[in-house]
Amino acid sequence: MQNEIFIIMIITLLVGISFILDKNKTLQGLKNGAKHLHKILPEFLLLLIFVSVFLSLVSQSTLVGLLGRESGPFGIMIAAGIGSIALIPGAIAYPLAGELMRQGASYTILATFITTLMMVGILTFPVERKYLGNRLAILRNVMSFIGALLISVLVGVLL
Amino acid sequence: MKRIISFWKYLIFIAFLFIMFLLIYLGIGVGHRMSDNFYAFSREMIIIVPCIFVIIGLIDVWIPTEWIQQHIGKDSGFMGGVYVILLAIFQGGPIYCAFPVAHLLWKKGTSMRNVFLYLSAFSSLKVPMLIFEVAFLGWKFALVRATVALPIFVLIALAMDAYSRKTGIELNEIETT
Repeated sequence: MQNEIFIIMIITLLVGISFILDKNKTLQGLKNGAKHLHKILPEFLLLLIFVSVFLSLVSQSTLVGLLGRESGPFGIMIAAGIGSIALIPGAIAYPLAGELMRQGASYTILATFITTLMMVGILTFPVERKYLGNRLAILRNVMSFIGALLISVLVGVLL
Repeated sequence: MKRIISFWKYLIFIAFLFIMFLLIYLGIGVGHRMSDNFYAFSREMIIIVPCIFVIIGLIDVWIPTEWIQQHIGKDSGFMGGVYVILLAIFQGGPIYCAFPVAHLLWKKGTSMRNVFLYLSAFSSLKVPMLIFEVAFLGWKFALVRATVALPIFVLIALAMDAYSRKTGIELNEIETT
């Protein structure tokens, strides 16, 4: 909550400074921002639905169970699959990864989960598609998926 | 036609709310978990999303297109990549906020390579995230992962750039003015 108040304070300050510098420019900017938000709102609502449904079907304890036990290629596949689909805020994802590490999950699996989670986004795809277009959004996700697996294997080899 | 499509998208949302309340009413466990997640995530979105669009609106009017083109545009070279990565990693926030910012940068003349460098760096090299990573997985893990990731991000960005050049496909136009 404190974080959120901090963000709102900074934004208010920025808008205030901008307003003092140039009233018309600021109003124009805010108007553009609002129009933009209005255009993208349905995709954000869709994202909201996806995340709520996903997180309610796959709880944190389920994730720990799935990722903590399996190792080897099968474990990597599970980690990559869950990581690619999910959208989990860092504040939850990292403690979760820390818990997995304590339970003995390998570095490769941890890296797979973390990197796919951050780089590949199936739940965020509706939003991404709106900005990048279908082809670029698909291509970015496919390349990021391959890239994430490469990173994980290298992390596993190096550590 | 466009109006009908976005109407359907809102309808899906209303249907979702209806199903969620129905599940809670019927006492099915998943309904409560869903509403908890829905509440937590929408609280985050209600605060963060409008803030992002305020910032985008301000950047839109204050940062001149020429400035962007010159520093992170098509001929910005190596330093352009460095600038855009620095811009990405000193930000916070979830990935769905990076797309509108990347789109604005593109609209203002950022090269495709730099747009994708920005997205990759935003996704997994952000300083606030790295602090979490060090805290929970150790500095060795964070350091190795970040070091290995960077060259791969450059490769992804170059490949996306090449694809865009070959096919002529760029980002979607979204009219906001």
